[in-house]
Amino acid sequence: MNAIELQGVTRSFKVGGRKLVVLDGVSFDVGAGSIVAVVGPNGSGKSTLLRLVSGLLEPDLGRVMVDGTAVAGPDPRVGLVFQEPRLLPWRTLLDNVCLPLELAGVPRERRQERARQLLSQMRLDRFESAYPGQLSGGMAQRAGLARALVQEPDVLLLDEPFSALDALTRERLNGELLALWERTHPTIVLVTHSIPEAVFLADRVVVLSARPGRIVADVPVALPRPRSIVDADTAAFTQAAAAIRYALESNDEERAA
Amino acid sequence: MSGRGNRRRLVSQAWPVALAGVAFVAVWQLIVSIGNYPTYTLPGPAVVLDRFLFFWNRGTIQTHATATLTEVALGLLVGGGAGVLIGLVLARSALAERLLSPYIVAAQATPILALAPLIYLWLGSGLASRVLICSLIVFFPITVSTMVGIRSVDVRLLELAHSLRATRRQVLMEFQIPSAMPQILGGFRVGVTLAVVGAIVAEWAGAERGLGVLINLARGSLFDTPLLFATLLTIAAIGVALYLVVVLLERRLVGRWRSV
Repeated sequence: MNAIELQGVTRSFKVGGRKLVVLDGVSFDVGAGSIVAVVGPNGSGKSTLLRLVSGLLEPDLGRVMVDGTAVAGPDPRVGLVFQEPRLLPWRTLLDNVCLPLELAGVPRERRQERARQLLSQMRLDRFESAYPGQLSGGMAQRAGLARALVQEPDVLLLDEPFSALDALTRERLNGELLALWERTHPTIVLVTHSIPEAVFLADRVVVLSARPGRIVADVPVALPRPRSIVDADTAAFTQAAAAIRYALESNDEERAA
Repeated sequence: MSGRGNRRRLVSQAWPVALAGVAFVAVWQLIVSIGNYPTYTLPGPAVVLDRFLFFWNRGTIQTHATATLTEVALGLLVGGGAGVLIGLVLARSALAERLLSPYIVAAQATPILALAPLIYLWLGSGLASRVLICSLIVFFPITVSTMVGIRSVDVRLLELAHSLRATRRQVLMEFQIPSAMPQILGGFRVGVTLAVVGAIVAEWAGAERGLGVLINLARGSLFDTPLLFATLLTIAAIGVALYLVVVLLERRLVGRWRSV
């Protein structure tokens, strides 16, 4: 069963009167409960891809399906985590995590109970009445993750979620993301610039070319789960990373030639 | 924050203010002493205080101040309410802004002193005229600050709202208005001081009570310069007090997430 299916998805934007094709005939499936990473150079349409799956954008051509039904606008089955935490600065952490449920009309008691569960999972329970301005970058991003999970989505989309964090925090959050996945096995699509991050987290890594974005490789990662940070030193890890790097570079050379 | 910490902070903030007040009175007295001005030109602080207490004990100041404060309060309510509403409309509709903003700016550019007699001509010399004059002067800064505040909401937060399927009403109530609150309150900081000016101008154009009336009495029929000074200081104190009320409101509403 596929949680996400993309069939011949093409999307362009008007930039200064010119049509800019960002994604060109992209097709791939994401199996339910699996983790797929999308890597590619700047402008390869990675973020556009996530926005198409989340229903924030519509494709010009092709189809986007979630759980077998076509995506038509933002969908509660899909949770989205942005590059920045995007917390509302005037709301406490608890009220920020409650926000999706509040907008959906869930009664106060129930949404707070659910939000408190997630805050304690993310080890943020001591900070529920703090304001975003008082949090560190890593804490704020964990809160952003908690907010995306509060509606119990089947699909979790992450748009370079840890790229603004320092290397140590990033490594720790990668571990936390996997621990979270081990509990409920949501389908995850993660956009990243980091090849090691992609390999460490994903079952498969989809490599996009520079604009217009096309799929140039689909690299499986043969690492057993549950994974830990020491897996980064194994042969399987190195092989997958090398395959991804090769796909990115040969695509560059093709364009240069 | 603990109660004691609050009090200590208040004391540490208050003493420079008190010192500046003492310095102001001292310089005032010095100018009067050196220049040796007669009381009807520039009365000294002691004479003014004496005059103030005299009229305070007779209830004169309170009667007139109450009339002015009523106009200011109603003017803020009407002008501020209309300003926020129109500001929201202008922020959300480019067409409305194009159609309405020339008139709004023109109304602001027309001197309120010139409009006041006209408003009395149309609405009569009752409270309604004075409240309208006060509202007109308050309206503009609050409209503009609301419009600018709503417009400057982070587009990334609006994308979040869209991804969470927020309705138009939810976008307004949960995203745009809270985000614009610091700017709207900034408009009210300007608005409250202008409201006092508006009330005085309105009273000059015709009223039976109010601090503006008292000014006219003091400098005209009574020829009482110390009373004139006492009235001016009362007006200034009302302006400062209202401004502080807005600042306290800001601390309550946005101070928790944003330093004011």
